[in-house]
Amino acid sequence: MNPFPLKSVLTLLLTGALAMGTAHLAFADDDDDDDDDERGREKSSLFESRQALAPAVNATYSQECGSCHMAYPPGLLPPQAWAQIMTPEALANHYGDDASLSEELRTEISTFLGANAANVMLQMVPSGASNAGAASSLPRITESVDFKREHDEIPARLVTGNPEVGSFSQCNACHRKAAEGNYDERWIDIPGHGPWKD
Amino acid sequence: MKRHLATVLLSASTLILPATLWAADPAAGAAGWTKEYPQADGSAPRSCVTCHGRDLTQPGRQANTGKVIEPMAPSVNPQRLTDSAKIEKWLTRNCRWTLGRECTANEKADFIAYIKTQ
Repeated sequence: MNPFPLKSVLTLLLTGALAMGTAHLAFADDDDDDDDDERGREKSSLFESRQALAPAVNATYSQECGSCHMAYPPGLLPPQAWAQIMTPEALANHYGDDASLSEELRTEISTFLGANAANVMLQMVPSGASNAGAASSLPRITESVDFKREHDEIPARLVTGNPEVGSFSQCNACHRKAAEGNYDERWIDIPGHGPWKD
Repeated sequence: MKRHLATVLLSASTLILPATLWAADPAAGAAGWTKEYPQADGSAPRSCVTCHGRDLTQPGRQANTGKVIEPMAPSVNPQRLTDSAKIEKWLTRNCRWTLGRECTANEKADFIAYIKTQ
């Protein structure tokens, strides 16, 4: 009468439990992989993590590079990019400026930037059409995929059309704590506009 | 004795020659300050005024980044012309960027002489 003898039920349950156990193990493995991927993604996306970049300070860097523009936190570019920017040839045509340094200063700043650079590959937007000229081959933070994604909703009138900002390169015009490596949304204050909420 | 005299003369001339080369002329520096240089890459002509302005007692503005440049005149900014490494670095960079070449020792001396009068 009973279509499911006790033994069969037990076997089924046991098999099920085992199967689930195995499945769980399998999922656990997947979870681990996911975690790794997640970490990988966080690492490759500086702007997504929304965490303050590790504060890295070097008096020579701040002095030499900061006399013309904000001394960008070294963590905004990977070491290869900084190395490209810091060759004597590149410095002589530094995004349209001559930023030549003595060999001593160049070495000190290069070492500092390399040691505090971002531990990621930089994905650049593959157009480059916006930057004509010899300096266009140099990496630009503003041309990175991450940067573009974070700023794609900002109308040009608030930046390039805003005399108090002028360009996306002026991080600290809107990110009030940019120089400290803090790009958190709560510290955004666009001149003539105010805070920005995504 | 003759040899000694020759040495003295030679030393004297090496001292005098650079001095004549460095006979700095503030008026020439002033003229150089506003002289515009056309740019090979098609960008607008540049002069010292492009970033520093005509009035050295006023702050300037870096043409590319917009960052404020403190006044060049020592009368309002006593820090100016006090650090020879800094002077050399900026003259090298700025001559290259503005004139498209490095300035001669004469030109640099003229610029410094002019800035000193401000």
